[in-house]
Amino acid sequence: MLIFELSRPGRKNPSQAPAAAAEANDIPAHLRRQDKPLLPEVSEMDAVRHYTRLSQKNFSIDTHFYPLGSCTMKYNPRGSHQMAMLPQFLARHPLAPESTGQGVLACFYELQEMLKDVTGMAGVSLTPMAGAQGEFAGVAMIRAYHASRNDAARTEMLVPDAAHGTNPASAVMCGFTAREIPTDRDGNVDLAALKAAVGPHTAGLMLTNPSTLGVFEKNIQAMQQIVHEAGGLLYYDGANLNAILGRVRPGDMGFDVIHVNLHKTFSTPHGGGGPGSGPVGVSERLLPFLPVPVVKLDAGRYRLVTEHDLPQTIGRLSAFMGNTGILLRAYAYARTLGGDGMRRVADFATLNANYLMAELQKAGFDIAFPQRRASHEFIVTLKGLKDKTGVSAMDVAKRLLDKGFHAPTTYFPMLVPECLLIEPTETESKQTLDAFVAALKEILEEAVATPELVKTAPHTMPVRRLDDVKAARELDLTWKA
Amino acid sequence: MSIPGDLKYTKSHEWAKLEADGTVTVGITHHAQELLGDMVYVENPAVGRQLAAGEECAVVESVKAASDVYAPLAGEVIAVNEAVVDSPEAINQDAYAAWMFKLKPANPADLAGLLDAAAYGALVESEAH
Repeated sequence: MLIFELSRPGRKNPSQAPAAAAEANDIPAHLRRQDKPLLPEVSEMDAVRHYTRLSQKNFSIDTHFYPLGSCTMKYNPRGSHQMAMLPQFLARHPLAPESTGQGVLACFYELQEMLKDVTGMAGVSLTPMAGAQGEFAGVAMIRAYHASRNDAARTEMLVPDAAHGTNPASAVMCGFTAREIPTDRDGNVDLAALKAAVGPHTAGLMLTNPSTLGVFEKNIQAMQQIVHEAGGLLYYDGANLNAILGRVRPGDMGFDVIHVNLHKTFSTPHGGGGPGSGPVGVSERLLPFLPVPVVKLDAGRYRLVTEHDLPQTIGRLSAFMGNTGILLRAYAYARTLGGDGMRRVADFATLNANYLMAELQKAGFDIAFPQRRASHEFIVTLKGLKDKTGVSAMDVAKRLLDKGFHAPTTYFPMLVPECLLIEPTETESKQTLDAFVAALKEILEEAVATPELVKTAPHTMPVRRLDDVKAARELDLTWKA
Repeated sequence: MSIPGDLKYTKSHEWAKLEADGTVTVGITHHAQELLGDMVYVENPAVGRQLAAGEECAVVESVKAASDVYAPLAGEVIAVNEAVVDSPEAINQDAYAAWMFKLKPANPADLAGLLDAAAYGALVESEAH
């Protein structure tokens, strides 16, 4: 049911409308529309009930376990929301003078410092408004660095095939050619292939670590050496930072640039729940290229560093400081946890993933890399099940909805056939994890005894199996009466 | 497993067919479409584009993933199949009939360097384990 279908001609909600509508007399008459826009005509109560019902049909982190691999769907603490919603933050205008905004600038400055500390980088800019924009900023800085040295030959960005899919896209967006580096049997980057690929054309390497295979790169130091010796820079995709928070630092591993997803690791709302935030951290040599503004502490006063102070900056990526409300939530979260708390995040994220992996293995599931300890996520492959019963990873994912769980990531990474990428995060209890294992075990039994039941799932949702092929082939987002 | 004996293959799952006029027709294999699942989008190279062997030159997208298609050998694109762009599902229905583009090879002898049906069958078999 769409809100348009609830519409009844003339049903209005005058109490909400402004008393006097402004005349649009600064727009020439011939450009003004003559007829009214086709908007749904509903009462206030109709609108409230409609959207409340829609929200109840949804899976969300507030209602369900949401083990979506590589997405770090963890609980968003209400305390962080409450702090970011303080009226003094909400009422502040971004163009108000710095002298009246020392409080909010102090929060941004301290967040920059905490992110520097936890990543081991020399400088941080908070302005990118999504993980992908953080990647864009990072790669743009690598490009600016080579350009500043008149090193125009470096046109190629190396990207392991176990990286996040956005990595090659970000490289191409910045004008590089993306070159794929394969993975060895244990899930590490193939060092021989990396050695063969580097040269005077290498701009850098973009590494997702832990990778989308849910393992920590064993040869990280060797990789760092190979790329740096060839004159390339190292980019760290910090989307999976949850696994290493407070334990190891990309800066100490020799990386030149990292982006951090606050909407993952720092528990701000995620997915449809809120805008993202992808701050970037850099090593000494990339400091001149950081996106502006950055907050600086000058003789006890906080001030914004702009193009004027940083002439080589890659520029502005967002209006003002980026997604301010999200930065404040992340700041509250980081201050609540402190250094010890951040270490516990990594400990329990990793413990939960390894516990879940061990229990699923006991329950009869095939683990893609059983010889490796999981980081914060791991991969189950259902190829054996599909060969035996015809039940696919997608069928199992749909059946999980009937059992009250959001499905894990399916069919990604593509290196593993019929896979589920599972990330429980540290915020889930052992009881939730056990219930999830029990549900998957039931589905495994159903797949053998009554495969049709699983193949036609879900059975209890507001809608049955959606025709995603038709939706992709005949995309139509317009409501028609 | 459907691997016609009269075609040549690449490790990246393209097929190549030498036509009587010396041109080479290219598509993706039955195995590739099976891995990708229901196709929803196809992007072909521009006619006239010069391709290097192994160069990314086309894209196939399914409900599961987008995947690059690589040129099996060097040459100039002389024709593209608009029918698969309009109906990507044709690749699922018959991957060997639903060709994507035709090349005029820079060096026709390059074709001999590609895999034959037996070698490609062995590759698919080894990837399954």
